[in-house]
Amino acid sequence: MAKGVLVFVEQREGVLKSTAFEAVTLGKEIKSTIGGDLAAVLIGSDVAGIIPEISEQGLDKVYIANDEELKFYDGGRYAGIIEEAANKADPAVIIIVASSMGKDIAPRLASALGAGVATDCTAVEVDGGRIIVTRPVYAGKALVKLKFKSDPQVLTIRPNVFPVSRQEPNPPEVIKLEAGDRKEPVERVEHVKSERPELTEASIIVSGGRGMGGPENFHLTEELADELGAAVGASRAVVDAGWRPHSEQVGQTGKTVSPNLYIACGISGAIQHLAGMLSSKNIVAINKDPDAPIFKVATYGIVGDLFEVIPRMVEEVRKIKG
Amino acid sequence: MNIIVCMKSVPSSETKVKVNSNGKSIDETDIVYEINPYDEYALEEAIKIKEAHGGKVVIITLGAPTATQNIRKGLAMGADEAVHLICENIELADSAIVADLLAAAIKEMEFDIIFCGKKAIDCDNHQVPNRIAQLLGIPAVTAISGLELTPESAKATRNIEGGSETIPVDFPALFSAEKGLNEPRYASLPGIMAAKKKPIDERQVSAGEQLLELISLELPPPKPEGRIVGEGPEAAVELIRILREEAKVI
Ligand SMILES: Cc1cc2nc3c(=O)[nH]c(=O)nc-3n(C[C@H](O)[C@H](O)[C@H](O)COP(=O)(O)OP(=O)(O)OC[C@H]3O[C@@H](n4cnc5c(N)ncnc54)[C@H](O)[C@@H]3O)c2cc1C
Repeated sequence: MAKGVLVFVEQREGVLKSTAFEAVTLGKEIKSTIGGDLAAVLIGSDVAGIIPEISEQGLDKVYIANDEELKFYDGGRYAGIIEEAANKADPAVIIIVASSMGKDIAPRLASALGAGVATDCTAVEVDGGRIIVTRPVYAGKALVKLKFKSDPQVLTIRPNVFPVSRQEPNPPEVIKLEAGDRKEPVERVEHVKSERPELTEASIIVSGGRGMGGPENFHLTEELADELGAAVGASRAVVDAGWRPHSEQVGQTGKTVSPNLYIACGISGAIQHLAGMLSSKNIVAINKDPDAPIFKVATYGIVGDLFEVIPRMVEEVRKIKG
Repeated sequence: MNIIVCMKSVPSSETKVKVNSNGKSIDETDIVYEINPYDEYALEEAIKIKEAHGGKVVIITLGAPTATQNIRKGLAMGADEAVHLICENIELADSAIVADLLAAAIKEMEFDIIFCGKKAIDCDNHQVPNRIAQLLGIPAVTAISGLELTPESAKATRNIEGGSETIPVDFPALFSAEKGLNEPRYASLPGIMAAKKKPIDERQVSAGEQLLELISLELPPPKPEGRIVGEGPEAAVELIRILREEAKVI
């Protein structure tokens, strides 16, 4: 009988993703109900240094595949390694973060294990050893509750939704795994290095829409973002107009984000935009149209011209930062 | 080049969702079904490849009989023929079943490339493309925003957090499309006329055992009433104070 929880902890270029802690904390909670071990799988090149960092979370075991050849993400191969860890650990539950990597790995792994996957979960409960998840469907217009019938139970969790709690360091047992076979070699990885946090991982996002008037005005949202240590986002209207890159688009055909604070500047709040940002904890809308639908979902709103409001916000933030 | 495009009919993104009294499905009255937007990027890419390298584009759809209309739209865009696996009540079914049914049909077909959309915008599962690839034992690159192609192989680019990665694969291979891959064309009038004569191979299929049980479908709790902090630039001062002292987010 499968027991315990296996968590895939994601790193890129030797740096652990902050969301890995969210997955491990959730794993710890599930383990406290279903019993068994809490184990992590770590894959990459030169990643052994990450073990102490994740061990703070109270892990019992770490499965590690540490090999030069694993430097770049390779879907088939990474999934194969996690499959091997799963065969060794025989977990009841496998947790993966719904990042671009996690979304690619989960179905490969599940298919190999004959398991079901609940993707992009926003709530998880345990019911007599079985996991029940809540996940948005129809672009967040409805929520579905699903109960697993398969073993193991594979879930991907939406970043920034599950809380993190730390624990005393607890040196876990370390188990080495082989690098596996080359399946889809990654030839080249380009990282467009940005000083700003990545959208799906950011705790604050400043987003601009068509109300920004043109690409030359986005320095306003960028300045505010930089003062707040925030990521920058955009509506589809401005992406389609070529004012901003698609990587910044928030919404149904863009990214799904759940920051603590989402500031929508000159965005009307079309249903497809809301689909991507409705799970933000606080939403601020700045719009000159008091009837804009964005005000229906906003926690706080300012009715006004963003060309006047944003500079005042920047000024105020600078003031409080002193 | 033989290209298969997996195409789903989904409720239009404008749909106002109402839940049926059974608490497990949505009320389908008045719902307009459209081609899943990501599948349009997939289809467009397939047609472009056919135009450049020759070959055939075959659409495969799993879904209710009502999907026929959107299959015709896909044929009007430039696909050559279609396979329609007719299956009722599969809408929110788990992806393992969908992938099993599609892969079983695709196994009998000739292909160099399979295209899917990155995800279906109704169930948002993100699983079918990779599950199909796994079942067929072929490489897959998901959520691609670029594709460079020769007759034997391709280099696909996918966006990742803070950058992009480029992955070379040999055919047969599967790709799933992200927005940005291309600009889907509109069907031309001659295309629409021609589509009426293109063959749709309809087959009845039934879903296997689900790996996940749907317990309930409900509307999300309403957002608490927001508050307008004020009008004009002066309100910025109060807003920043609230964000700092009350919401404690900055
Ligand atoms: C299949 C499909 C998928 C889609 N996916 C997405 C998606 O992923 N993301 C997305 O965002 N959209 C998406 N859309 C598009 C969506 O329907 C809207 O068209 C889009 O979100 C509108 O962008 P906007 O709010 O920036 O522009 P608009 O709707 O034009 O709104 C601009 C707003 O700015 C305000 N404004 C103008 N000037 C000022 C000023 N000086 N100061 C303050 N406010 C001002 C206006 O009052 C208005 O409310 C999708 C549509 C479809 C059909």
